[in-house]
Amino acid sequence: MSSPASSPTSSPDRLEAHDVHVQAGSFPAVRGVSAAFAPGEFTAVIGPNGAGKSTLLRALVGLTPVTRGEVRLAGRPLRDWSRAERSRALAFLAQSEGLPAAARVRDVVALGRGAGDWRFGLLPRSPWTAEDEAAVDAALDRTDTRRFEDRRVSELSGGEAQRAALARALAAQPRFLLLDEPTNHLDLAYALEVVRYLRCEVAGGLGVVAVLHDLNLAARADRLVLLHAGQVLASGRPADVLTPAHLHAAYGVRVRVVQDADRLLVIPED
Amino acid sequence: MEAAASDRRGAAGALALPLKTAGLVLLLLSAVVLGTGLGSVTVPPGEVLGALWRGVTGQELAGNDVIVWQIRLPRVVMGVLVGASLSVCGGAFQGVFRNPLADPYLLGVASGSALGATIAIVAGWPRTLIPVTALLLALAAVTCTLILAREGRRFPPNRLILAGVVVGSVLSAATTALILRGEDRARQVLAYTLGDLGFSGWLDVLTVLPYAALGGGVLLLLARALDTLQLGELTARSLGVPVERLRLITVVAASVATAGAVAYVGVIGFVGLIVPHVVRLLFGPGHRTLLPLSALLGGALLVYADLLARTTPLSQVGIVTTLLGGPFFLWLLRRQSSE
Repeated sequence: MSSPASSPTSSPDRLEAHDVHVQAGSFPAVRGVSAAFAPGEFTAVIGPNGAGKSTLLRALVGLTPVTRGEVRLAGRPLRDWSRAERSRALAFLAQSEGLPAAARVRDVVALGRGAGDWRFGLLPRSPWTAEDEAAVDAALDRTDTRRFEDRRVSELSGGEAQRAALARALAAQPRFLLLDEPTNHLDLAYALEVVRYLRCEVAGGLGVVAVLHDLNLAARADRLVLLHAGQVLASGRPADVLTPAHLHAAYGVRVRVVQDADRLLVIPED
Repeated sequence: MEAAASDRRGAAGALALPLKTAGLVLLLLSAVVLGTGLGSVTVPPGEVLGALWRGVTGQELAGNDVIVWQIRLPRVVMGVLVGASLSVCGGAFQGVFRNPLADPYLLGVASGSALGATIAIVAGWPRTLIPVTALLLALAAVTCTLILAREGRRFPPNRLILAGVVVGSVLSAATTALILRGEDRARQVLAYTLGDLGFSGWLDVLTVLPYAALGGGVLLLLARALDTLQLGELTARSLGVPVERLRLITVVAASVATAGAVAYVGVIGFVGLIVPHVVRLLFGPGHRTLLPLSALLGGALLVYADLLARTTPLSQVGIVTTLLGGPFFLWLLRRQSSE
């Protein structure tokens, strides 16, 4: 098992978890996770239900307080970042929260542009500029959502809505994008499509961390972090993480892992 | 082809907003002129405008001018003020709770106000004290709800709604008990709490104005934060919006404006619930248009409702809004679910 996760030194542009613990009520949801995420890299966080994937993701964005250890962004503890700086640098795509049905796609994406730009957190700080308009255009273009920018969210298909949500997150031009099960409720074609759009952004230098349930989809990531019971069971390249031994330890299921062309396939055996 | 269609829609949308806004302004102006002109003595629109002009320019008032300025206009302005307040607060409540059924009375303002008024009436206190006690108890009711719903430094929406329901029920029970004890004044209590613009004078208008201006002003400033909240609580927080602070300030501002309004004119139902829905249907869900345009439409509607109340046997504006508002809201719901 290669373990770049617990690298001791801080890198200037990485998002790092150092021995992160998160308590969810009385339940220790995350227990000592160390991992590093680099820009231009697609990391998938995998693991069974209740392994602490979503909690870890929220801790990485600063939405859930870390009870022990710390999260660092660009070498600086996340809690030292102002709310504004943090929300511009780290974009987050929540799992279940839908977009407002009656809103127009373009208006939704423009809201993402407001990241961190608040006085007292409540009043828009700077006026809307041509630069903001251009960033919204770019986000719409990169997700191919521009041709239905005037449609209402309720008129979109599931895949289109997810792409609009992606555009909303990209509009702030973040350094890292963290997504909680972005392919949930999407059929195979749409799920692949979302991963394809994420791949493009990664090629452009964005750091992507996505919680994924589908292991065959996760196999397309650059790196995997496999969580089990709030701890890292394995991390590294997909070929090193997706082994029958790891997956049996995490999911309690016997699997076969097949190399098909340049891709790994995980096949449950029962 | 598809791009062209969306362009056309975009252009139509850009033109539609000022046009529809102008329509709402006209509706409000017509409400003011008609509301001022119609009644036991009919003053034609031209004469109403003349009287308004003479009053504004400080000329001497004679004949119908006095009716317009001393009797009709304060009532109409109060209607505009209260209708606008309730509608803006309703829109803000629906936004902050992300619940289309929220209205400004959600957290117990109405029941507190009714209890305050009842105490004053049953105890036989002077008329001028009624709004004061109503206002105090309305604010006390909201404070109670906030305290009951508090969870550390958080105010979870579901707990707020539940606490509001509980506070509302308890206060209503107290009101009923009081009414039953002071039976001879039951009619007066009922008339007051059902909502009536009839007693409004300029002094009342000037007293309600700061509440409406302060509460409404704060809510208008929060429009973009409320828009962002519609993406979901987690997403809003990830975009840097302190959701708890937003919720608390919205609830307090809306409750203060609502308390100010209902203390002086009684509990006028359905305006704050329906008007934001109509505006959303016409203009879309963005709070930067929703809140100010709700003020325009709410102001106009309440004046028209009061006009109906004065000229038909329905007798009180609160009865009109509830009687017409209820079925209209049902129609709105059916329309939305069939889409």
